[in-house]
Amino acid sequence: MASIILRDVDKIYAGGVKAVDGLNLEIKDGEFMVLVGPSGCGKSTALRMVAGLEDISGGEITIGDKVVNHLPPKDRDIAMVFQNYALYPHMTVEENLAFGLKLRKMPKPDIQKRVNEAAKMLGLEQYLKRKPAALSGGQRQRVAMGRAIVREPQAFLMDEPLSNLDAKLRVSMRASLNQMHERLGVTTVYVTHDQVEAMTLGNRVCVLRDGLLQQVDTPQHLFDSPVNLFVAGFMGSPSMNFVTAELVRADGGAQIAFAGHQLPVPDSTFAAKPGLDGYIGKKVILGIRPSDFEDSRAAADGNGAGWTRLPVRAEVTEELGSEINVLFLIDAPPVEHKDTVAAQDNDEDEAALPLSGDKSLWTARVNARSHVRSGQNVELVVDTHNLHFFDPSSGLAIGHPANVGR
Amino acid sequence: MTTATLDRTAGAPATGAPKRGVLGRVVDRIGGGLVQVVLILIALFWLVPTLGLLVVSIRGEQYNNASGWWTIFTQPAQLTLENYANLLATGFTSSFWNTVLITVPATLLVIGLAAMAAYAFAWIDFPGRDGLFLVVVGLLVVPIQIALIPVAKLYGTLGLFGSIPGVVLFHVAFGLPFAIFLLRNFFAGIPRELLEAARMDGAGEWKIFATVVFPLAKPAVASLGIFQFLWVWNDLLIALVFANTENQPMTKALQSQMRQFGTNVDILAPGAFLSLIIPLVLFFAFQRYFVQGMMAGSVK
Repeated sequence: MASIILRDVDKIYAGGVKAVDGLNLEIKDGEFMVLVGPSGCGKSTALRMVAGLEDISGGEITIGDKVVNHLPPKDRDIAMVFQNYALYPHMTVEENLAFGLKLRKMPKPDIQKRVNEAAKMLGLEQYLKRKPAALSGGQRQRVAMGRAIVREPQAFLMDEPLSNLDAKLRVSMRASLNQMHERLGVTTVYVTHDQVEAMTLGNRVCVLRDGLLQQVDTPQHLFDSPVNLFVAGFMGSPSMNFVTAELVRADGGAQIAFAGHQLPVPDSTFAAKPGLDGYIGKKVILGIRPSDFEDSRAAADGNGAGWTRLPVRAEVTEELGSEINVLFLIDAPPVEHKDTVAAQDNDEDEAALPLSGDKSLWTARVNARSHVRSGQNVELVVDTHNLHFFDPSSGLAIGHPANVGR
Repeated sequence: MTTATLDRTAGAPATGAPKRGVLGRVVDRIGGGLVQVVLILIALFWLVPTLGLLVVSIRGEQYNNASGWWTIFTQPAQLTLENYANLLATGFTSSFWNTVLITVPATLLVIGLAAMAAYAFAWIDFPGRDGLFLVVVGLLVVPIQIALIPVAKLYGTLGLFGSIPGVVLFHVAFGLPFAIFLLRNFFAGIPRELLEAARMDGAGEWKIFATVVFPLAKPAVASLGIFQFLWVWNDLLIALVFANTENQPMTKALQSQMRQFGTNVDILAPGAFLSLIIPLVLFFAFQRYFVQGMMAGSVK
């Protein structure tokens, strides 16, 4: 096991395309690090550079205490799991698992022992004599994992290993992956475009965009205090609601005003976000998580009592069983910042509603007890302690520790 | 992979198609049967000359000179194995062995060299790779005839003229462009991740070639092997030019039995049949590789 350190790593492809731009990242020994971002953000390229499958155009990659820039993959002592599994089709499961050990000239009894251990751990014992063609998708996926495990490498690299599985299997494999990491404690770098996977698997998550590192933090921190509009919009599902608003000082404290609504901004927020008071009287981009809304009726007796009220009309409701997504219109044009647009890239349902015109479509996640239906008027309450403020020109979160002095 | 995809495309319209009436199904059945009957008739028609050759080769000489081979069906008593005995007595066996000595090395060398070259063309990034590959493709259209005289001169200075290695080398040289072309395209179709996985597992180029790429290419190698084997086995032109009498293969030996007036049919027929049966056996031995989808289950 070892730590992996990337220092100012660049990847420039022929033709001058910069896939990875000055990436600095330290993955600690035994850590589960998730690289996440929209397609084309350079996350796979970064992983492949750690693996040694791509040349490094600039910077330095260290595994353990060895600089590996010019080492071929086989001398880096790392194992990789591919998106499409890449099992050797002409070998049985057993031979697939043993291949890497055989190449390293390990004595036969030891190979047998390790293969059996891995097979037992992954529940593959009865399939050892089968060829990959005779396995289901989930089983193939486990063989691919097993091929990495038997090597007992310094680190695992995983390139979207779950994206070829169906939804249900993906959830259960996610849990198995978590367990496996708990048990083996091997440093793992995991690439995904799925922010739910990133949140649930990572000890820390690294958000990339256009080859640039946006933010590295624990999943909860990423969710609670995103460093900029892009991270705020990318992490969390449904994604954060944005509106251009004005921060004003009224009697009884500061308020944020947008589209005929006024929400009080508590003093604690100003304390937590240094520099925010400098924006009083100016425009900011306000962000509110769907989960920071609640239906006032459902909230009356418990969570959310005393929050600020916001009457709206529910245009569409999506019932998920345990909660309801309420989509409603805010009488303000959608925020057209380049960062919010980039983060919405893969989100099709937003783009599929042109009827919202020059209004913005917001989502609130309320308790299922609310029983709100499409077309009804509903009074939402907002947790004003969790408002997010972004600078309208730079898109940076106001008062975020990483942005202070920037 | 291939088989699975084929099945799916074949199955999809069938399940989606509306149910057809009884008459429709009868038409389908008759249509299918008709196609089969026609196919069988064509196959039989194509087999007739081969059958004739077989019959002639086991009929006495006097009968062959007197009547056509089809009279065998009314007079089965004409059959004899004497022709084959005569064939062996004429020293035909040595030309049979010459054919084997030419064909087997020429096939194995082409497969081995072409596979290595194809691997390099498909998966190793070296300067000038694409240009060199275009040259190889260009060589596909160079006719053998224009090389006969220069190579004969070259063999003269090297002392290879008339020898078996000379014939083998000529076959190898002209077999390689097509072989490299075929195998490179097959290798390029192997998913990149498979090679990368092997690389991560600790394999170098040679190991990847020998343990991953070459075994996966079995269907392509089998087809190529049969093609090359047939070409060399049946070749007459190169043997006529480059092999002397002592090293002549069967085709040349048979050709030398042709006469201007009449033929030595009692030697020609069994010889021709013998030279035909070996490739046929080989084809049936390897034909399953033609249809087998070796990539099944590798990636997604």
